[in-house]
Amino acid sequence: MTAQLESPAAPTTGEPERIRAAHPILSLLLNRAGWGVFSVLVVSVIVYASTLVLPGDAAQAILGQQATPERLEVLREQLGLDQSAWAGFVHWFTGIFRGDFGTSLSTRQPVTELLGPKLLNSAALVLVAAVVSTALGVALGALTASRRDGVLDHVLGIVALVASAMPEYIVGVFVVLFLAVDLHAFPAISVLAPGQHIWDEPSKMVLPVLTLTIVVVPYILRMCRGSVIEALDSDYAEVARLKGVGGRRLLYRHALPNALAPTVQVIGLSLIYLAGGIVLVETVFQFPGLGLALVDAITARDVPVIQALVLLLSTCYVVLNILADVAVLLVTPRRRLPR
Amino acid sequence: MTTEAVDAGRRGNRRERGAIRRALRGALRSWRGRIGLVMALAVLALAFLGPLVAPHAATDFVALPSSPRGPGYPLGSDGLGQDVLSRVLLGGRKLLLLAVLSTGLALVLGTLIGVTAAYRRGWAETALMRGVDVLLAFPQLVFVLLVVSVLGTPTWLLVLTVAIAQAPQIARVVHAGAQDICERDFVQAVALWGVPPRQVIARHVLPSLSTPLAVEAGLRLGFSIVIISGLNFLGFGVQPGTPSWGVMINENRLGMASNPWGVVAPALVLAILAIGTNLFTDAFARAAFGEDRADDTVIGSGMGATP
Repeated sequence: MTAQLESPAAPTTGEPERIRAAHPILSLLLNRAGWGVFSVLVVSVIVYASTLVLPGDAAQAILGQQATPERLEVLREQLGLDQSAWAGFVHWFTGIFRGDFGTSLSTRQPVTELLGPKLLNSAALVLVAAVVSTALGVALGALTASRRDGVLDHVLGIVALVASAMPEYIVGVFVVLFLAVDLHAFPAISVLAPGQHIWDEPSKMVLPVLTLTIVVVPYILRMCRGSVIEALDSDYAEVARLKGVGGRRLLYRHALPNALAPTVQVIGLSLIYLAGGIVLVETVFQFPGLGLALVDAITARDVPVIQALVLLLSTCYVVLNILADVAVLLVTPRRRLPR
Repeated sequence: MTTEAVDAGRRGNRRERGAIRRALRGALRSWRGRIGLVMALAVLALAFLGPLVAPHAATDFVALPSSPRGPGYPLGSDGLGQDVLSRVLLGGRKLLLLAVLSTGLALVLGTLIGVTAAYRRGWAETALMRGVDVLLAFPQLVFVLLVVSVLGTPTWLLVLTVAIAQAPQIARVVHAGAQDICERDFVQAVALWGVPPRQVIARHVLPSLSTPLAVEAGLRLGFSIVIISGLNFLGFGVQPGTPSWGVMINENRLGMASNPWGVVAPALVLAILAIGTNLFTDAFARAAFGEDRADDTVIGSGMGATP
């Protein structure tokens, strides 16, 4: 009902231009996806080129001075250094589509096999954190908006501002300090036995999820509060109020649905943020995911793993960005119309 | 007529300069801004005056490893028996200098890219802004880590990398703002007079962007601090033994049960710095843009938004 009031009635008859551009979502999606693929391609070139930039002989630089000639030869072949730069790139890049990212230099495992379980752990972490923060952020945002300038609103406003400014790893350290060292409530470190997944030991997920939630909720809260307030101040909310609709019904049926678009956008942004934010948080908790794997691989100069991880995280980033755009369009009927 | 347009532009510039001063005054009048400024300045003073008053050298052995506080070492000792207080006092200067340098460089790079793209239009605009998009496809920290993993961490490279990681967001903001201004009459008029593009941009386009740029500078400074200290926390960019807040937080976690101050002190200082910078920027943005747009700006860039 409110949606009808919001969207301008589109007279489709007699306006051929509007009909021709009838699928703005589709064209936007194709456009964004096209540029997304382009970005990922360029990223993969940069990632591959970074091995060639290694000063001197890349294989020597990675393995160090003590490496035997045989091992150097094997590594050169593996990195595609025995071929021209272009052929090497093509070899590496087409390998990805066969699910072959090469072999880890430090563990001698295929990279795919090494990262598979870590990808699942990270995905579980991000997903749980996103669900918890979304629920909490939207609930608190709607609550503070409906009691604007109340005590709770002011207190939460300050808490949110402080929490959103804190670097995520410092939040993590404080969380460990209070809940693991002082209270012994949860394990401070999320190390798993080999073969285990993080969901086998949910208690080890509590603190990392809590940390990510503390970092993300303030943004969702602020955005949701702002857009609910805007909706509550609008004309249609005034009409509803004059009709005698009040309190909860006004909030849930009228204001919240219209406040959805900016909120969905910020939820998308949070997911995107989490794709990069897991690096520090996973390191704090030694959480067996992609972020920690990246830090470990860099410390060990494990180039195939670094390449795979950077490409993987960047691809997630690009895909999530596109999905966020689409989600915003889906909850904003108005914007679906051609401009 | 053209002279009128140009005069209007000049008046606009003057108004814009007044706008920054007004926003600063507005920020200082709000509690948010005052508290933020005091917090940031306190940490600044600690980092730069600290080395003058530190009771011990960074690597002096003062007590048994991870001892709780005692006489001569009020914050206890770290895992190597070094004085936590002295290391906190000594461990911030480099971080702050690097953060300011890389933010400055990022502002210059981002502004150049954004304003050139908006002014030149055509293929130059497409190429520049697509380049920006590609850089935005990397999560910032992942990009910095990739460079660090390949080229190591000499100081100049660290500054450059963090600047390159931050520049795309600034370029986006500047581009969006400049697009509009470059089409205004006064800019077009000046360009038609034959004033060289560099001068048009410097005298007539950039002044109108100074307020959003100032907000962006504050936000980016906050992120530079987070990225560099986070990098240190991960163990990159610092020589072993050198005191640094980020490294201390990581190293001293092992002794956290016996001397929590080894972690709490540097973490608190970093938190106060980050919160202070953020509060002040927030207050400034509110005074400059009004509450709603300030919220959008701060939230958007906080999440690494690609607007």
